[in-house]
Amino acid sequence: MSITLKVNGRAHAVDVDPSTPLLYILRNDLGLQGPRFGCGLGQCGACTVIVEGKAIRSCVTPTSTVAGSEITTLEGLAQGGTLHPLQQAWIDEQVPQCGFCQNGQLMNAVVLLDRVPNPTDAQIREGMNGILCRCMTYYRVQAAIKRASTVMSAALPASGEEVVA
Amino acid sequence: MTTFTKIPRQVEDAMGKWSGSTSRRNFLKSSGLLVVSFSAAAIASANPLGGEAAAAAQAAGPYPDPDFRQLDSWVVIHEDGTATFYVGKTDGGQGTGTAFRQMMSDELDIAFDKTSLVMGSTDITVDQGGSGGSDAIEVDGPPARRVAAEARRVLLELASARFGVPPGQLAVSEGVVTVRTDPSKKVTYGELIGGRRFNVSLTGANINATAGLANVKSVPELKIVGTSPQRHDIPAKVDGSLTWAVDAKVPGMVHARNVRPPVAGAKLLGVDESSVRSIPGFIKVVSKGNYLAVVCEREEDAIKASRQLKAEWEKPATPPFPTSDDLYDYMRRATPTSSPAPNVVGNPEAALAGAAKVVEAEYEFPFQGHTAIGPAHGAADPSNGQMTIWSNDMKSYGLRTGVADFLEMPRDRVRVVWMEGPQVYGRTAADDAGFEAAFLAKEVGRPVRVQWMRHEETAWDTKSPAYTCKLRGGLDAQGNLVALEYEARAADHNHLGYNEPDTVLIAQLMGKRPAPASGGAAAPSDMYAIPNRRRALHVVGMPLVWETPLRTGNLRDPNGPQVTFAGESFIDELAAAAKADPVEFRLRLLTGAADDSEFRRARSIASIKAAAEAYGWDSRPSPKPVGRQTILTGRGISYCFRGRTVVVQIAEVEVNRETGHVWVKRLVCAHDCGLVINPEGLRRTLEGNMLHSMSRALYEEVRFDAEKVTSVDWRTHPTLTHADAPARIDIVMVNGDPNPNRPDLPHYGAGEAAIRPTVAAIANAIYDATGVRLRRVPFRDDRVLAALKAARV
Repeated sequence: MSITLKVNGRAHAVDVDPSTPLLYILRNDLGLQGPRFGCGLGQCGACTVIVEGKAIRSCVTPTSTVAGSEITTLEGLAQGGTLHPLQQAWIDEQVPQCGFCQNGQLMNAVVLLDRVPNPTDAQIREGMNGILCRCMTYYRVQAAIKRASTVMSAALPASGEEVVA
Repeated sequence: MTTFTKIPRQVEDAMGKWSGSTSRRNFLKSSGLLVVSFSAAAIASANPLGGEAAAAAQAAGPYPDPDFRQLDSWVVIHEDGTATFYVGKTDGGQGTGTAFRQMMSDELDIAFDKTSLVMGSTDITVDQGGSGGSDAIEVDGPPARRVAAEARRVLLELASARFGVPPGQLAVSEGVVTVRTDPSKKVTYGELIGGRRFNVSLTGANINATAGLANVKSVPELKIVGTSPQRHDIPAKVDGSLTWAVDAKVPGMVHARNVRPPVAGAKLLGVDESSVRSIPGFIKVVSKGNYLAVVCEREEDAIKASRQLKAEWEKPATPPFPTSDDLYDYMRRATPTSSPAPNVVGNPEAALAGAAKVVEAEYEFPFQGHTAIGPAHGAADPSNGQMTIWSNDMKSYGLRTGVADFLEMPRDRVRVVWMEGPQVYGRTAADDAGFEAAFLAKEVGRPVRVQWMRHEETAWDTKSPAYTCKLRGGLDAQGNLVALEYEARAADHNHLGYNEPDTVLIAQLMGKRPAPASGGAAAPSDMYAIPNRRRALHVVGMPLVWETPLRTGNLRDPNGPQVTFAGESFIDELAAAAKADPVEFRLRLLTGAADDSEFRRARSIASIKAAAEAYGWDSRPSPKPVGRQTILTGRGISYCFRGRTVVVQIAEVEVNRETGHVWVKRLVCAHDCGLVINPEGLRRTLEGNMLHSMSRALYEEVRFDAEKVTSVDWRTHPTLTHADAPARIDIVMVNGDPNPNRPDLPHYGAGEAAIRPTVAAIANAIYDATGVRLRRVPFRDDRVLAALKAARV
């Protein structure tokens, strides 16, 4: 079955079983490497992508359910060669250790700051809690989210809304 | 299908320097110099970017070992004056690569940002064994520094010949050589040798002894070492451009998934291939002995086939292991498989008999796994009679040799291309997956990528050994510790080495049965002056020795957290019995002994004091009076050595008496690992270690019934989460050496030492907060609550 996927602003037609989890299509058919397989159960977040502004687990999302939706992967965060403020904060804070989970940390943080531009510590903990890291970089991830939040707030027009991805 | 394999950016950058230039052709034509010619060939073939290259299968090889006694194997200067370093190490995300660039840039006298680094691929980098033991900086750093210093020496000689002045009259800074007496006379490294070979031989009985004629700089002369340039691997990890081992794709590649025995030790009686033949793109069921896998064109179909495949298994006649609830009783009852004679100092029996107070306790620590965030994986290409494996295995060189042996291939027809991957904190299942990929590729005759599923990773990954540790200590009337007895039992009978062709999981399942490598039991590391001591170390085994998911292997500081939990909890129990402050009690045990080789006691004392000061420690015995509030707070300290690195940590906890939940609110770490290469990198490595250890203290335990491991995902095997992160972490980099500016200050290992004391620090803090001593890990809410209730807290 042919399905059209809109990923990072480009349309792709793929001919696959519609129940195939989105993750395998993104990785193996579209050649994207940001989302990664961690559990296949929607428990860890390594496969996170943003669909219509929501962070979803692509490992348990049937491809047919996101046909035509705007899908953003880690590769699509930077705009016009400029890193997303969260990506820059990740570099400034030197967040990753191995880095394998960081796709999920970043993508989830993008949605978190989209909804709550100036989160409290508790909101960060709660908003990020489903994204696991086995190098346990949580402390640095949280610091980077705060850093990016400050940068993004400063860059916002007084009444403006942050545009994410 | 889009097919492409990118290579690590720094490799690509390094290659870009050569492409199209005459120097590259010269390199390729060179026959006597393996590293450069083969690095170019290897990268070209590993890098089928787009159409024309994508058609190329791997070249036939051979892939000879780069010669570590050739300077060109380590350092290449490009025409534009930049340099690429080649080291036989791998980087698990602790910044090892960046640290090597710093050390080598310093010795070469070149700006850090004018250098790049290639690591760990067996045909283009010298064999330094990959990573392990946290010894990269300590053991492999010195030869890397020496070869870079030698390159500098040779470059100065070239400049000397060019200007007709002795090398002593030349100055060099950031890759530019000038004549001291006439600074208008200058030449860059690129102009001196860019794109050409050094052709300089090195000496050394082995790779760790590699040296040229040049001396390395003294510590005060180092400019880049000790600063914190950002890690070079991070940008590509946050913008999605890095190609990881898990992303390896080559033309014609197919996908495999394993099917594991449903019961540990089960025998495969038969497979019904017709149960999966209708799956689109089904290629083959591969089985040999009890190893079983399916191969399909597409990944999701391989997963489907692995679930759908009908196979008949026969359960073993006897249970493979006790249940995890019965583990410690089983371990106490078991006849040890190894019991070396106890180590005795003084007369502990008599001292205990004469002690004013005797304290006894027993501690229990479960099997714990790596349970990497990304399950084990590997890809292999068998074309042209060679075997190329793309892997994140931290010991890529061992994987190469092991696979060659396993597949009975000439070693020089096998190569491993090392790429980044999920955490490699020891003997992970990356070893096993690399062998499986190579075996399956050979069976299918096409490139195969295999990845474990979550349940395999969590259940079948290697485990750190479970421990029971029994301690007895005697205090005299003044509260001095006069005797200490320690008796450990480690469930570590079939401890695996790295990449052994007869112990990797696929080999075990195929029926290979080497003599078990009996792992050892360990004792806590400390420098306490205790006049009478006895240490007895036993190893016990599980009923099922082979083909078991409870196979033990090195996990980040393989025995350290277990035995230090026991040792440093017990010191705290003794301090409490002596009604002494835990910091002062430890300092007293470290003071007054005559022997202090390598300043070990001085460094321990300095680190304990530094941690206490950073925390703001108030001197008093534990526990503190328990009030009536819901949240009880307390602090605990723990101290240890790993190798020559000293670590002291203080944990501050909040214990919720209604739920039993423990939050480690603050951590302080005083750390002395000698010369620090990159302080910010070290800081993050220490943070990661401490939180990893928090996870092991609070959550991690491999659970099993009498047939199988029942920890199979993140619900049945919880881990630390964002909610658990401490609010504050303080790191103090101590240097307890009396002369930290001495020219030869050594650097010790820092990759895993800081994981060692955290569990005990947390246990001691919980005791301080509640007066309840927890002696079994992990400190899950239900256990803490039960202990609080039992003690009527």
